[in-house]
Amino acid sequence: MSRGRRGSAGAAVRAGDVPGREAPRARRGRGGALGRVVRAGVARRKVQTLVMVLSTMMAVTATVLAGALLTASRAPFEHAFAQQNGAHLALQIDGSKASAAQVAATAHLPGVIASGGPYPQVTIDHGTGDAGQFGTMDLPPLTVVERPGPGGPLDDLALTSGRWATAPGEIVLSSDFFGPQPTLGMKLSFPDLSGGAVLTVVGAAKSVTGTADGWVVPGQIAALRPGAAAPAYQMLYRFAAAGTDAQVNADRAAVAARLPGAAVTGALSWLTAKLNAERGNAPFVPFIVAFGVLGLVMAVIIIGNVVSGAVGASLRRIGVLKALGFTPAQVVRAYIAQALIPSAFGIGFGVLFGNLLAVPLLRKTDLVIGTASLSVAAWVDIAAPVGVVALVALTAFAPALRAGRLRAVDAIAIGRSPTAGRGRTVRRLLGRAPLPRAFSLGLGAPFARPGRALAVAAAVVFGATAVTFALGLVSSFQQIQVGLSRDGASQVSVDFAGGRGGKSVMHVAPVGGAPAAPDPATVAAAIAAQPGTRSYYGVGSTQAAVSGLSGATTVRLLQGSAAAYSSPIISGSWFTGPDQAVVPTRFLQATGASVGSTITLTDNGVKVPVRIVGEVFYLREGGTDVITDLRTLSAVDPSAHVGNYEVKLKPGTDPAQYVRSLNKVLHPVGADAQDNALDRHDSTLPILDGLIAILTAMLATVAGLAVLNAAVLETRERVHDLGVYKSVGMTPRQTITLVLGSVVLIGLIGGAVGVPAGVAVHRYVLPVMAHAAATNVPQSYLAVYGHTEMVLLGLGGPAIAILGALLPASWAARTRTATALRTE
Amino acid sequence: MDDAALIELHQVTKTYQDGPSAVDEVSFSVRRGEAVAILGPSGSGKSTLLNLVAGLDRPTRGTVTVDGLRVDGLSEAGAAKYRRARIGMVFQFFNLLDDLTVLDNVLLPAQLAGLPRALSRTRAHQLLETLGIAEHAHAYPGRLSGGERQRAAVARALINRPALLLADEPTGALDTASGREVRDLLTQLNQDGQTVLLVTHDLALAQSCATRTVRIVDGRIASDTAAVVPEGAAR
Repeated sequence: MSRGRRGSAGAAVRAGDVPGREAPRARRGRGGALGRVVRAGVARRKVQTLVMVLSTMMAVTATVLAGALLTASRAPFEHAFAQQNGAHLALQIDGSKASAAQVAATAHLPGVIASGGPYPQVTIDHGTGDAGQFGTMDLPPLTVVERPGPGGPLDDLALTSGRWATAPGEIVLSSDFFGPQPTLGMKLSFPDLSGGAVLTVVGAAKSVTGTADGWVVPGQIAALRPGAAAPAYQMLYRFAAAGTDAQVNADRAAVAARLPGAAVTGALSWLTAKLNAERGNAPFVPFIVAFGVLGLVMAVIIIGNVVSGAVGASLRRIGVLKALGFTPAQVVRAYIAQALIPSAFGIGFGVLFGNLLAVPLLRKTDLVIGTASLSVAAWVDIAAPVGVVALVALTAFAPALRAGRLRAVDAIAIGRSPTAGRGRTVRRLLGRAPLPRAFSLGLGAPFARPGRALAVAAAVVFGATAVTFALGLVSSFQQIQVGLSRDGASQVSVDFAGGRGGKSVMHVAPVGGAPAAPDPATVAAAIAAQPGTRSYYGVGSTQAAVSGLSGATTVRLLQGSAAAYSSPIISGSWFTGPDQAVVPTRFLQATGASVGSTITLTDNGVKVPVRIVGEVFYLREGGTDVITDLRTLSAVDPSAHVGNYEVKLKPGTDPAQYVRSLNKVLHPVGADAQDNALDRHDSTLPILDGLIAILTAMLATVAGLAVLNAAVLETRERVHDLGVYKSVGMTPRQTITLVLGSVVLIGLIGGAVGVPAGVAVHRYVLPVMAHAAATNVPQSYLAVYGHTEMVLLGLGGPAIAILGALLPASWAARTRTATALRTE
Repeated sequence: MDDAALIELHQVTKTYQDGPSAVDEVSFSVRRGEAVAILGPSGSGKSTLLNLVAGLDRPTRGTVTVDGLRVDGLSEAGAAKYRRARIGMVFQFFNLLDDLTVLDNVLLPAQLAGLPRALSRTRAHQLLETLGIAEHAHAYPGRLSGGERQRAAVARALINRPALLLADEPTGALDTASGREVRDLLTQLNQDGQTVLLVTHDLALAQSCATRTVRIVDGRIASDTAAVVPEGAAR
């Protein structure tokens, strides 16, 4: 075997004897030596290598997830539309006026670049669903379309649960219909249809433009069509030009012109769907961006921290290599390579885990903002590893270059006997402090390496920021959920015919016609007499013209204690009597009015001046309603009456039992009480909570890993000192105290800075989210951090730090004294 | 000199992994007030023997008893408490902590033992005064000469008034003059009643301050005499 192939360090020295005249064999030998040095460096420092693998893995995982989230949050509708091959226009066509062939022929019109259908379609009324433990519920009108499968030339349907319908009698519901997870196996009954059709829900799917409420197999529609109803078709189009409403309208007109007159009975433009989607998801984008940015920043910090620490910790070895004849360039190359090899493994694992974790994360994100894609964009999978490799190389370059330029003797000297370091005064003062010596020794450690301590503190700051921000968001979301939900104000709702209390899904009007509207006073008396009733208030609505707004505006009319209404006040106060009103932010923006202004409601031709006394957090019905006392309009509008009552129950009352009992009295008079727990269909906030939990756990883990790395480096570098401590009587417990003490200060600083930073991010992001939904935020939604919470969150910093340092601390405690003393 | 044995080694063997025994069936005892020098060439096992007595390492077989305490079976925590209470150690390369002042280095064992602060400081200052390095109390070890560093190390070893002072090649890293200072210091300490067990291959050191010499060769006791035996005489 040649000397070169043996690749000894000695060969490298010999090959370098004559500068600039290196024999090829010698160069091979030097390369081999370099390779061995790199491999040995990686293999010898197992813990550090493992930490680097873990750190880069977490950093890449965080980067991939952050990239995926940021991509998902950028124009999510457009991405979903492209991915699901969405239709620019969905037309509903009367089959009695146009044949299927005529409809199909429109696919060949100029300007149509793709089409789907015609698909038989039907809209069914008066269905009921078996909601399991919640009993039977009435269904709103259900638009059902025949589709052979979820794919198609246009409008690919993304299955979110269950499977596609394969047989007659099965239906796949839109995931927007009952929320993301309709009860699979639920039976939908339609007693009005001949034979009383029953469909079984076998899956849920999402159409990017919401083309239907449900899909069935071909041939099923005929059995679902009421006897007298005309056949109908759905036809989907993509046009060459459909970027504006005018273009879509022109496209629609062109199709309609090709069909017999008035055959087009309905149309859904992708622009309408886009507007709805953006209105729905815009509030959540800032939150997702905030987490994505936090993830990216932490990835950069941890990589910089780990790599520079690893190179800096190898100074003595570098000195020895140089003494053996390695050139500065070779040392630089060796140490960059030594950082890149474990990083490469970490990056590989990181991409893998990032993509695996992205699936549930994007599923949750998708459910919130409708990204449709459950996979990481290819550019993220390429950019994240490339970026991290570049970052590792760049971060390793500076300390490696410094090490390469060191004289061999200096490198060896620095490696063998570390200097007293910085912060000696602070450490001396700490030694005088009335603290256990092991702890004060640990407390002083960060002052010896302030650069590293600052980098770790930055990671803990970001971890604490993420945790604080996340918990604040969860608290705010919970308050918002209560504020927006019906059962935030009441546990039971009593609706009666003619009422417009607000439930959008369930209807109580029985098949066969509604009875005469009951007298609200009768209903109120029944509620008041029912045991378990604590309080109740009436809600009604009517339409009125409002000065400064075009068209009719919904006026919500409250009877009883307005303060019981759940929507909180942003500014001003609740109305205290007639002729006063509270309005949402969007109303104020649309009219230019402000709290204290007087607006004029015109109802039945009568102008009623109303003073705005408060700005209310209210997002229903487009957020432009006026909320006032029933008496404001009851005198001028006979139709202004209570349509439902909201009931608060005495503590300990079982809502289900209360409802059963009350309905025995209400049903004979045409009213119906329902448990508001049934109204909790909006699962967005629980999904957001899950999303926040995943992201927070990840960021806190990355912060802990940064501490772990620093503690590993610290204990490795100071292993000899640890041996000395032990030789003069330091117990294992005191050793653990020392190592943990070295990160406590960093943790405290991290908490002290991170918690206010988290509060600041929360105070910034929540209003941005709210503004995206065209509302301001009540102060109570922002002031979610109490003193106790702040203190506990502040302790999160040290908690992250201590958890990160536990492993190296126990390692340091276990190290044999004689071994540590022998270590240089 | 007290007749009671302070150190008692019985049939002690120490083997590292599958290699030959570093210490092989060694038995000997040291009485209170003795100054025993363990002599031997490099790799003979003398430092291993010292580590076993210091509780830094555990024997593979045999027992080590110091001041009535079985050291060989101590846990890490027990060994730490033993070291802090009953022994003081001096190393060839001083093993002072570079980021602590001389005074803080000296105080460390007392602080770890939780001794009263005022008492510890008084004792530390006394020791530094006695050892002639009081003016360096607030200096960092890097600024001291080798001899001064070793004096600081001795002060640290004595701060908790240990029954036994262990010294591992205490003059090995010193120039001749500093070596002489340390030799004199150890001699003086022994004359004041301090039991000393030192490991060295410095015959001059052994001659000047040991009352007894144990020569180790290949992990076994080759000779154990009251006087210093010149190199080669035991073979």
